[in-house]
This record gives sequence, structure tokens and C-alpha cells, in this order.
Amino acid sequence: MTTLLDMRGISKAFVGVKALSDVNFTVRQGEIHALVGENGAGKSTLMKVLSGVYPSGSYDGSIVYDGEERHFRDINDSEALGIIIIHQELALIPLLSIAENIFIASPPSRFGVIDRNAVYRRSQQLLAKVGLNEAPDTLVTNIGIGKQQLVEIAKALSKEVRLLILDEPTASLNESDSAALLDLLLEFRSQGMSAILISHKLNEVARVADRITVLRDGRTVDTLDCKAGAVEEDRIIRKMVDRDLEHRFPKREPNIGDPVFRVENWSVYHPLHADRQVIKNVDFHVRRGEVVGIAGLMGAGRTEFAMSLFGRSWGRKITGRAMLHGREIDLSTVSRAIDAGLAYVTEDRKQFGLLLADDVRKNITLANLGSVATGRVIDDIKELRVANDYRNRMRIRCSDVYQTSGNLSGGNQQKVVLSKWLFTDPEILILDEPTRGIDIGAKYEIYCIINELADAGKAVIVISSEMPELLGICDRICVMNEGAFVGEFDRSEATQEKIMRVIVRRGERLVDRNLERKLEEKLLGEAHP
Amino acid sequence: MSDKTVALPEARKHEGFLKANLREYGMLLSLFAIMLFFEFVTDGTLLRPLNLTNLVLQNSYIVIMALGMLLVIVTGHIDLSVGSVAGFVGAIAAVLMVRYGVHFIPAAIACLALGALIGAAQGYWVAYFKIPSFIVTLAGMLVFKGLALAVLQGQSVGPFSPIFQKLSSGFIPELFPGAGALYPTSLLIGAALALGLVYVSVKTRARRASHGVEVEPTGFFALKNLILFGVIIYFTYLIASHRGLPNVLVIMIALIALYGFVTARTTIGRQIYAVGGNEKAAKLSGIKTERLTFLTFVNMGVLAALAGLVFAARLNTATPKAGAGFELDVIAACFIGGASAYGGVGRVAGAVIGALIMGVMNNGMSILGIGIDYQQVIKGLVLLGAVCLDVYNQRR
Repeated sequence: MTTLLDMRGISKAFVGVKALSDVNFTVRQGEIHALVGENGAGKSTLMKVLSGVYPSGSYDGSIVYDGEERHFRDINDSEALGIIIIHQELALIPLLSIAENIFIASPPSRFGVIDRNAVYRRSQQLLAKVGLNEAPDTLVTNIGIGKQQLVEIAKALSKEVRLLILDEPTASLNESDSAALLDLLLEFRSQGMSAILISHKLNEVARVADRITVLRDGRTVDTLDCKAGAVEEDRIIRKMVDRDLEHRFPKREPNIGDPVFRVENWSVYHPLHADRQVIKNVDFHVRRGEVVGIAGLMGAGRTEFAMSLFGRSWGRKITGRAMLHGREIDLSTVSRAIDAGLAYVTEDRKQFGLLLADDVRKNITLANLGSVATGRVIDDIKELRVANDYRNRMRIRCSDVYQTSGNLSGGNQQKVVLSKWLFTDPEILILDEPTRGIDIGAKYEIYCIINELADAGKAVIVISSEMPELLGICDRICVMNEGAFVGEFDRSEATQEKIMRVIVRRGERLVDRNLERKLEEKLLGEAHP
Repeated sequence: MSDKTVALPEARKHEGFLKANLREYGMLLSLFAIMLFFEFVTDGTLLRPLNLTNLVLQNSYIVIMALGMLLVIVTGHIDLSVGSVAGFVGAIAAVLMVRYGVHFIPAAIACLALGALIGAAQGYWVAYFKIPSFIVTLAGMLVFKGLALAVLQGQSVGPFSPIFQKLSSGFIPELFPGAGALYPTSLLIGAALALGLVYVSVKTRARRASHGVEVEPTGFFALKNLILFGVIIYFTYLIASHRGLPNVLVIMIALIALYGFVTARTTIGRQIYAVGGNEKAAKLSGIKTERLTFLTFVNMGVLAALAGLVFAARLNTATPKAGAGFELDVIAACFIGGASAYGGVGRVAGAVIGALIMGVMNNGMSILGIGIDYQQVIKGLVLLGAVCLDVYNQRR
């Protein structure tokens, strides 16, 4: 196999910080090469060097691509040679159609006028290629995030791609969408395309990659060849973190008490589609000192369930009873829910969790300002003490509590959000995707915090799309599907296969029902011509 | 991006401190630079006691409204109607007092209540119906401009009773009459204010230091307070050598102190910034975002009404044109003072300094005889320049 890309001795320094030092990285023709490492290991920087975002001259080392040394001045130079990067944050324009998005940069045109037919036709071809069954004139805002990711890929394919770079392409996808995307990658590979895959999800990496390069602290640690035999996840992790994580999940001896929080007959309707029942009369409970996981596919209604509980922050026509210690509680507004002892850590910390422009201190005290104030006047000394206290307890890495929270890494931001909610002293903590987008070291720390909370007698509810995570930290796992709980497993009996089977079985029944309906229609049609 | 934050070395810490504070005091420095410039080019006319007093009177209503506008802008909104509301309330005041002979106290209270009602009417649509404030208040601007015209039937109504005029053209009573050319009461108040401010900042610093909070270097702190003290005493001296403290200046200072305190030190102030910083996150933290937005508009209405009264009293007549274009000066003051158009950022001191920068430029350019045409051009460029500088500073 010939070498398509050879990056040699790449070093790149920012003011005071060495982001990359002497990194070597090669991609062969027609291989999928995974790039893994903790947040801040230098993966994105390396890709920016490659794609010309950091122009030639701003780094040391050489890039040989397709047999020639290249000096990319900007991203156009690299794109012209078929190096296309798809960023983690989708760059689609929501209110334009799929076709318009695909050809946003250079639509096929005649004399400066966009050739709409050509746009439509070529979009159709590209969508077929990525296996997306949507009309090209559908607005991007109307399709799900998984499909949007496919549109991004179609957009990349509209150019001449030889080396496709995907930065965390499955970060916000559910399992089936992720699987479809990875299959697509494999198909492209069989057609001779090369790809660089940056991902935190090691099971996916292990599934599709031909080789895996591990970066740590701006250096190449190792390149593992998957052809030589299956590469174990634990081996990759050890390389990534440079410490022997014997277990990815901290051990804990659960000490579970009586049920503290109970939800009965909870029902929620969609805020826009009034007749769509999203949560279907569910019952749920959690015990003192227990960590309960809620598993399910994206769109199963897990976040909607949690947010509807937390001050009716989502949905309409919410009915049902919520009880704490056997007494019914009022959860009709967020502040009442907080007062009742609930806390909800959002799945999207940047949009719903943090004041990104404000400092760590202000973020930590925001949900419980009253207790750092006398009357309505904030006691700045007390506030500072609280903030410093949480900074130490949660090991938030920041220069001081006056640092802007937007400048922290994902893991540290998550700890700030957790601190905010712990400061409200809740009895029930709902954590929605608590480790999304944070590196393995920080994940471990978050798991430890969850364990401490449970040991302190709190009831913790964890919503997560990463099944190993649920299996690793939960005492009990409830499976949600289409707005209802469809299965429940104890820690001892839960396995990934069992949970998946419950979800899939549910899906099969759905298919069956569709079939039945079709059959029925057919029969009826024959009976009444 | 690196995950690890390295502890800064001592030297860089001090440098960082200076840098942060330069930005903080940058606006103040530019106000001084502008004042010095005009003082120089007008051959000392700018800081003559008479002119300085006039400067205060001319800009009082802008400063008053800027306090409310700052809160509105911090929550991420805008209020274009304040000029029209001020004009409309002034018209109502004139009709009540001049036509119907209502005593000025109930009339003034009614006017402030009317302002609150107007603010509530606009805030309701913005806060609870989520209609963009730009549109709601643009509508309000037209509505109240028209209503002012209707109430006044197209004519000017005046004059007001002498006691109401005192609101903007009066001075505080002299307790020691005949004590010489200077007004000793005003001097005393100024000195007390200066001493009080220094005392508070010394005490705050000591308290923070005793709790191990990092404080600014002693020399820097002393110099800052010395300058602050000197400036207040000097301006008091100038004001006292004309006719003493104007009533409206007393109102202004009280309001500035109140709003400064509320925004910086109270829970409601903190929550207002949170709403502007990230409304969804604020809401999920138990903050009643709609109610706060609503209240900032009510507050804006009251302050616009107060400004309307001050302006009417100053002109001693209510005219259909009163208040036209005020909103532009008020909004410009906030943005020159460092407020962010995206919400969540902005300080009371900044808005006041912004208003004073606009005021000094208006006054200075008028003294120089620059026509209203080029005055506007220059003010527009200063606004753009100030915001560009701020954005540039933040990028670094």
C-alpha cells in the first residue's frame, strides 16, 4: 500500500505552550487511520496543521502528501488537493435546504446564475451515495442530527475527496446512526478513499480503523496496527492516559436505602405537536444512595422526561404525581423543583448549563445565590469561599475562581456545572450525559464524584448513551423507549446485549405493527374495490 | 487547547493586573482625555463653573435614562421608545399641572406611575410573548410620539410653577448664607462624599485582604484613591463656586449609587446579568427570567418618565418635539461605556461615563461653534470607535 500522507516531525507552539512536539503521522492509500488521545492531546491542532488552518511556516516539520512536499497557506490549498475536514460542530445552515447546504461554497452555475436543476440532481446523487433518503429540498432544520451529519459528508463528497478527516463524527449520534456512519466509512474505504477518524469512542475506533495513532501531551505515543490482531480498548486507554487505569470505573460498595423519590403515572405532551404524547404514563423510583441509569436511544424521551420533572422545563400538559419521602411535591417551576431537592445537570452544558462569559465563581453560586447573601446583598467573601471550596473538592483546574468558565476544558466546565448543582444541596440528582465530550481522565473523576454522592445518601439518576458507562456506575438500569420504560436490570444481571435486545425487540414490534397495518389496508382495499 | 492551567509567575500576575485594570479604567481615561482636549481648545471655557453646571443640567436626563437602558441592554434587549416616552410623560405632566392645576407632587407621582405602566405594557410583550424588543419598542416609539402630539394638541404647554422648575434649574438650599463667594454646604457635601468613597474602598480592601483575597498593590490603590479624592474635591469646588449643587445632580448621584449597588452587589443584579449571559441556563438555574426582563422594562419606563419630568422642568414647557432622539444618545452612552449588544456585559459606571463622554463632546463642540451636522458625524464615529476598541481588546 502506498503512503498518501506523511507528516514528519511536526512541532507547533502557541504563546508559552507547546501544543505539538515532533509528531509523526502517516496515512496510507485506502486506510482508515484513527487518531485518539485525551482532550488537549493535540489531535485538533495536528489536523489544523494538515488542513492549512495553521499556514505553512507557523509550524516546524514537513508534510508530504501524494509524493510531494506541501506548503498549505490556507484551507483552500489543502481542499484543492482533496483533503477535506468535517468538524465536530456541524457547520450547516439550518434554514437552507439540504441541496443548498451541500453546494453552499461553489454551486454549479451558468454565467453566475445558480443552476438549480444541477444542484438538485447532483445533491440527489450525493445523498444516495451516503444513504440518506431525504428530498434535497428539505430544510436542514427539519432533519435529525444523525442525518445532518450525513449531509455534512455529502457536502464533503461534493468536492474531490482523497483524504477525509472526521472530527468526532459520532459524538452526538445515537448507536444506530453511529453504526450507519461507520459502515459508510468502510464502504468509502473499499472504494479507495483514505480517512482520518478522530474519536473518543474506542469501540468504534476498534471496529473500523486499520491503524490507530495515540497522541498524548502533543507527542505521538504509538501507532497500533489493527491488522496484526484485535486491539483491546484497555490497551489504547493505557497508552492515552499514561497511567494504568485498571478499571475505567471506580469501585463502590452500594449502600442502598428506602425509595426517596417516586414518580407515578407521569405523562408529557410535545410542546409543539399537542396530540403527541412523548412520555407515556410512566412510573419511576429511585432509592437513597442508589445510582439509577436510564438507557435508551436518542429520542427515546429520556431528556424530555428529566426536564419535564425539573420545573416543567420541557413539554406541555404534564400530569402525574411526584413524591419525595412519600409526600407529594410541587415541581411546577424550576425554583420549586430546586427547593424540593431536585437538581438537573443538563446534557448540553454550553447552551443550558453555563454562563460562558462569566467566571467560575458566579457560575457555581448561580442556582443558590440566596445562601451566599444576607438579605438580597451578596456577601462576596462568603461567595468566594464557597467557590474555592468547590474548586478544591471537585478539582476544577483553573487559574483561580475568577477565570472565565468559557476558557475551561470540557471536563472542567462539567465540574463547574456539577458544583453549581451540588451547592443547592439536592437529594435527587439527575445527570444527563454527564461525561459527554470530556476526556477519559475527567470521566473517571466524574464517576468518583457520582459515587461519593451516592455514598453520602443522595439518589442519583444518570442518563447516558454510552452503555459501558451505565453498566460501570449504575446499581440499576432502566431502559426507555418511545417514552416508556420497557425494561429494568439490576447491576448483577445487566449486560450490554440484554439492554440492546430490549430496545431492538421493541423496534421489531413496531415494524410488525406497520406490516400489519399495510396488510390490513391491502385486505380492506380488496374487500371494497 | 491545553487542559492544564499553569500557575502564573509573580511578575506576570502584576502585569496581568495592570492590563485588566487599564481596560477597566480605559473609559475613564478617555473621558479625561476628551475633557482635557476640550478644556485646551476652548481656552478653559469647558471647566468654567457656569459651564460645568450647565453641562450637568444638560445631560442629567441622559444619565438617568442610561441607568435603566443599561439594565435593558444587559438582559439582551433594547428600548427605542425612551425618548418618546419621556416626551409623552412630560406632556402629561404639563397638561396635569398647567391645564388642570394639579399640585406638582401628586402630578409627578402620577407621571412616574404612568412611566411604570408604559414600561410594563412594553415589557409584557417582550418578556412573556417573546416578541423582539426592537420591534415592540419601535412600535412604542411611534405610539408615544403620536400620543404626546395628541395630548398637547400640537402646541407647547407651559410655563410650569416655579417650584416644579426647581427640579432641574434649582440648587440645594444654602445652610450658611453669606459665607462668601463659595457655597459651603455644597463644598461640605462634596468633601463628605469624597471621604466616604475613600473610606468605603479602604474598608472593602482591608476586609478582602483579611480574608486572603488577592487585592491590588498598595501603591496602585493609594494612587487611585488619591486621584479619585482629588477629582471629586476639584469638581465640587468648581460647582460650589457657581451656585452650589444643582438639585438634579443630587438625584443623579443618588440614582447612580443605587443602581451601581444593585447591579454589583445584590442577588437581583447578579440574576439580571445571568439572564443576559445565557437565558436558558439562567432559567434552568431557577431564575425567573421572564419576570426579570419584565421588571427591567418597568424600571426603564419609570426612569424615562423621571427624565421626561426633568427635561420638561428644564425647558419650562412641554413641546411635542421633546425627547426626540434621546434614545440614540442613551443607547450610545451604554455602548460607549462598554455594554455588550449580546447582553450579559456592562456596568453602571461605564454607562454614566459613556453619557458624560457624549455630553462633554456635545458641549465642547458647541462652544467651538461646530455645526450640529458635523457634531453628529463626530459622535457617530466616536461610538463606532469605542465599540471597535472594546471588541479589539476582547479578542486579544
